[in-house]
Amino acid sequence: MDQSIIFMTIVGMGLVTYLPRVLPMLLLSGRNLAPWIGRWLSFVPATVLAALLAPGLLCPEGTLNISDENLFLLVALPTFLVAWKFKSFFGTVAVGMVLVALGRYFLT
Amino acid sequence: MKSALLSGFRQALPIVLGYIPVGFAYGVLAQKSGLGVVNAVGMSLIVFAGSAQLIGAGLFGAGVAPLAIIMTTFVVNLRHLLMSAALAPKLKGWKKRQIAFFGYELTDETFALHTMRMKGEMPRLTETFAVNITAQSSWVIGSVLGYFAGGQIADVRPIGLDYALPAMFIALLVPQLVKPVYLMMAALAALLSVSLFLLGFEQFHVIAATVIASTVGLGVEQWTSRSSS
Repeated sequence: MDQSIIFMTIVGMGLVTYLPRVLPMLLLSGRNLAPWIGRWLSFVPATVLAALLAPGLLCPEGTLNISDENLFLLVALPTFLVAWKFKSFFGTVAVGMVLVALGRYFLT
Repeated sequence: MKSALLSGFRQALPIVLGYIPVGFAYGVLAQKSGLGVVNAVGMSLIVFAGSAQLIGAGLFGAGVAPLAIIMTTFVVNLRHLLMSAALAPKLKGWKKRQIAFFGYELTDETFALHTMRMKGEMPRLTETFAVNITAQSSWVIGSVLGYFAGGQIADVRPIGLDYALPAMFIALLVPQLVKPVYLMMAALAALLSVSLFLLGFEQFHVIAATVIASTVGLGVEQWTSRSSS
């Protein structure tokens, strides 16, 4: 594909990404939302992150794989433990990546 | 001012640790998909969205039509609508142009970090923007490094780079599980997301799972508070 067409497409991608990011904030900032909306939104951080995470762990190749062959799922257990026990974001990401690298090196 | 900048930089470091490798992976893919360096890095500056950029690069490589790529990006990133709405009540007294800039760098990761930072008293604006700018800079740096390494590297898997994103989601998710009902609804969202994904809703599974699980959570919360009072 021509690089200038790719560039125009990227600008379009930027626009459709930016609008949903900014419009709710612009329209709702500083307003008092109905209490139930606030409570509904308070679920969003936990639910959206779980929804983003789960397919990557359970279907890393696109199909469901719940077995000890699934390295991503295996490594998730100690990674969760580190996140919960040490509350260290940095440590959690590092442990996850190192364990996957080691797993591939020794198990395959 | 200087201490606020530094503290914002420090708070963003965990995101940097995740963004450099994921950005690197994106850069490698962009190079292999035939994007020029301006476009590859430009996407990280203009779009700044991890999963959408990885998908986008793949679609460019496959020669998919521009309009279809833009539509896919829109759907994949639509979840930010909910994150933006969730953060909106915290931004009381902000100027429109400050919100416009803040929203530009709203990602899954900055959202989760700001949700934690803004729980109590509003942190300093300089610190907040320093967090975002540090995060995006690391994303751009990762993309550049990946692009230029792309010619040499056949595969990012042996070094575990492809686990940066899942690990980052785990690190962001766990601190959100402060109430049992949040844990339950996170589990429900995970189940729904995987089910919808496997059923073929590969673009809408995240947003649908989020909306359904949050609604069920609200119902459960109402019901338990009513029956206990």
